[in-house]
Amino acid sequence: MRYFKLVLSLILTIGIFYGLNSKFDPLPPLGKFLAPNQGIWQNDKTYDGMADELSIPGLKAPVTVHYDDHLIPHVFAQNDEDLYRTQGFITAQHRLWQMEFQTHAAAGRLSEVVGAAAIDYDRTQRRKGMIYGAEKAVETMRKDPIMLAQLEAYRDGINMYINSLNSASYPVEYKLLDYAPEPWTIEKTALLLMYMTDMLAGRDSDLEYTNFIAKFGKERFDFLFPDFFDVNDPIIPKERDWSDWEVNTPEVPDGDFPLDQLDEIMAKPHPDNGSNNWAVGPEKSYSGNPILANDPHLQLNLPSIWYAMQLATPEKNTFGVTLPGAMGIVIGFNQDISWGVTNATRDVKDWYKITFKDDAKDEYWHDNQWKATTKRIEEIKIKGEKPFYDTVVYTHHGPVSYDETFMGNGNKGVGYAMKWAGHLGGNNQKTLIELNAAKNYEDYKAAIVHFAAPAQNFIFSSREGDIALWVQGQLPNKWKGQGKFLMDGSNPAHDWQGFIPQEHNAHVLNPERGFVSSANQHPVDVSYPYYIFNDGYEMYRNRVINDFFRSKEKFDIQDFKDLHNNNYNLKAAELLPTMIASLRGQNLSKQESDLLDEVANWDYYNDIDKLGPTIWEIWWNKLRYSVWDEIRNEEAPMDAPFQYQTIYLLKNHPEDPAMDIQETPEVETATDLFLKSFKATASSIADLSASGESISWGDYKATYAGHLLQALPAFSRFDLPIGGNSGIVNATSQNHGPSWRMIVEMTDPPTAYGVYPGGQSGNPGSKYYDDLVDIWAAGEYLSIKFMQNAQDNSGIQFSQTLTPLQ
Amino acid sequence: MKKIIESLILTTVLAIVLSAFLPWWAIMVAGLLSGAIVRLRNVAAFFVPFLAISLFWIVYAYMLSSANDFTLASKIATLLKLNGNVVLLLIVTGIVGGLAGGISALLGNSISAVLAKEK
Repeated sequence: MRYFKLVLSLILTIGIFYGLNSKFDPLPPLGKFLAPNQGIWQNDKTYDGMADELSIPGLKAPVTVHYDDHLIPHVFAQNDEDLYRTQGFITAQHRLWQMEFQTHAAAGRLSEVVGAAAIDYDRTQRRKGMIYGAEKAVETMRKDPIMLAQLEAYRDGINMYINSLNSASYPVEYKLLDYAPEPWTIEKTALLLMYMTDMLAGRDSDLEYTNFIAKFGKERFDFLFPDFFDVNDPIIPKERDWSDWEVNTPEVPDGDFPLDQLDEIMAKPHPDNGSNNWAVGPEKSYSGNPILANDPHLQLNLPSIWYAMQLATPEKNTFGVTLPGAMGIVIGFNQDISWGVTNATRDVKDWYKITFKDDAKDEYWHDNQWKATTKRIEEIKIKGEKPFYDTVVYTHHGPVSYDETFMGNGNKGVGYAMKWAGHLGGNNQKTLIELNAAKNYEDYKAAIVHFAAPAQNFIFSSREGDIALWVQGQLPNKWKGQGKFLMDGSNPAHDWQGFIPQEHNAHVLNPERGFVSSANQHPVDVSYPYYIFNDGYEMYRNRVINDFFRSKEKFDIQDFKDLHNNNYNLKAAELLPTMIASLRGQNLSKQESDLLDEVANWDYYNDIDKLGPTIWEIWWNKLRYSVWDEIRNEEAPMDAPFQYQTIYLLKNHPEDPAMDIQETPEVETATDLFLKSFKATASSIADLSASGESISWGDYKATYAGHLLQALPAFSRFDLPIGGNSGIVNATSQNHGPSWRMIVEMTDPPTAYGVYPGGQSGNPGSKYYDDLVDIWAAGEYLSIKFMQNAQDNSGIQFSQTLTPLQ
Repeated sequence: MKKIIESLILTTVLAIVLSAFLPWWAIMVAGLLSGAIVRLRNVAAFFVPFLAISLFWIVYAYMLSSANDFTLASKIATLLKLNGNVVLLLIVTGIVGGLAGGISALLGNSISAVLAKEK
């Protein structure tokens, strides 16, 4: 009996240990997770690892860090290496899990963390050559010994923090998913930069366009996807004269393009990834000091993509937002200059059809000969399972992303290879480091040349009174039409033929009009001598911004704030009157005519308390859905034409064949679609009202900032009261929008305002996890504390001194 | 009654001391040792250490979390589908710790019984 009891209790004990120490999805390992001495209770604190004094190995001189009211660190170091070591240490202290998760996501390593559900995602990342691109960037960075030493210091700072942790002090997400942080590496910094490159320059529609012309023909394509829309208010003002440049562009080659149909195409970054920036020069500024603003539009996540910091040494003093995982400030200002970026949306990703000699894929046909491929065997580790091995074939173009083993069309003997500026091995990190220390236009111009991809519109202003904007990236010099569609990977004339010379990247310094701006619109007008085609240029925000700056003589900070928060819906203003006019006199029910009156009385501002924006939004979505039914009904993936062109068609070609709804016997025109989509809208709204849902714009849009782990509700913020939408200057849609808003006036020292939808701490248990969200949603800003020296310690919560470990 | 109080105190003291340097299963070691040292009969052998560990975890968790206004605890209570209710989360925490402590105390009790017989 005693032995029986012993055996039974032993089994029970082992069972309970195993049961509470192991993860059974979706639950965390409950014993570990809930134990007060090791689990989540240890994370229920506002400050993480904030000793007053810390000894840091490798530091050369003492570093002072002041934390202000919102936990923004102001770092004062004696030299650059100490500065970046401290940046790494402090960023890890607040954002370690995010830093690692984002680089895992970039590298296609999520299966390691979340299990087999992420395999397709991971394969996609590997087949995009994300790690390959990061390796190229590391190669470039390693050639620069000063940069290398700084990267190593940054890395060591992060690792110093990781090494100080134990299973009780790991960030809460590690406990939830039951894994542990691994050491940081320079490769991870490069992967983080690739993560951004993919987000901003990873979108292209070449294969969808190819499917389109295979079905509807080139003429139809050119009509629906013109290189320039009928209206263009480009980034570089039209007055800019390029005629003194000596320009060589490649000839359009003879020969055919492959019209292969691809049935399955990899997921793409969010189409709204974009931004606004603008700056006024001295003559348009209320004070005579240039004023600059920027707001990058990205998915709204917690922890935020941005981490605010001040980074100072005796040589420079810089404030702005950093990307956790990369050195220096990305968007910000120093004593002398301010800068910001928007996405240049250039087509720097092209596709080539590859013909393999045989199934071994050891050789491919190019330039009338068989050439050798190389292969990367990608090991994808999977939590709780055996690894998955994926062989990715590389040609001189780049990785063969699609072959018979992955998406595409399953055809053997062929593949589709990617040529991408993300694989060029640029040194974006160097641009950031140099911009942080830049003192004037010449420094800025020299700093940006290292930036290869994603091409960005770098806006600039200086205390000296200059304003400028460069469309910067390593941009292929294309023949007309190159890279719009799938190309012939065996024809050398289809290869990229070199790059636009740096000096010929579109730019402008101190334009006559007194302001510079960009909002992801077309960079130039037709006179620019290099080939650029419209691969999704924005058509609304830019015109609202430019019209605003043309509307009066002088602008002040309040004007800038108002413009950030401007909810004017130009798209609606351009189409809605036509839609409403066509409905007058039609047979409408009481509910329908009430709705029509409501939307007809709307002032086109997407404010949260209005009904008009909701009616418009539902109506417009139903309308364009019915316009492009023929594209949606195709089996091969295709893109519907851009919204601007759709509206152009509705207004100017109301009897275009696209208006016909395929499944009805009659032939519809735009007028029919207006009515049908309106009636469908009225019925949707009746359903919403019947189920008790508010249809005011704020409630309907229901903006949220989602935790990086698939918007885990417990760690996300929902129903944020903020107006705007995609295509509006206040570009806040449901889960996307201004991820950092900054305004800088170039006083001495600069005066700045900024806010982002998040908080400095990545710990959901910290009061600083989301304390800026409400300030952001209200359209308000923090007054940036730009400390002039380490002794200037007014308005700080506490300070840390980091001393060299003897 | 005396043994029950002895067991309560011993389990709690061992759990506090061991938790300072062992991972979460410190309470299992505490339960095992206390079960072996103070032998209780029948259900008490399980429930007394259960109670000791439960209370220890609940009080410890409460102390950590209340200092931060239960900011994370209420989010974890949402995550674990406890309606954001921190009290429920504390109770669940107590039950989890109590089960582990109580069952390992039974093991300690059995080991001690076997050893006692062999003497």
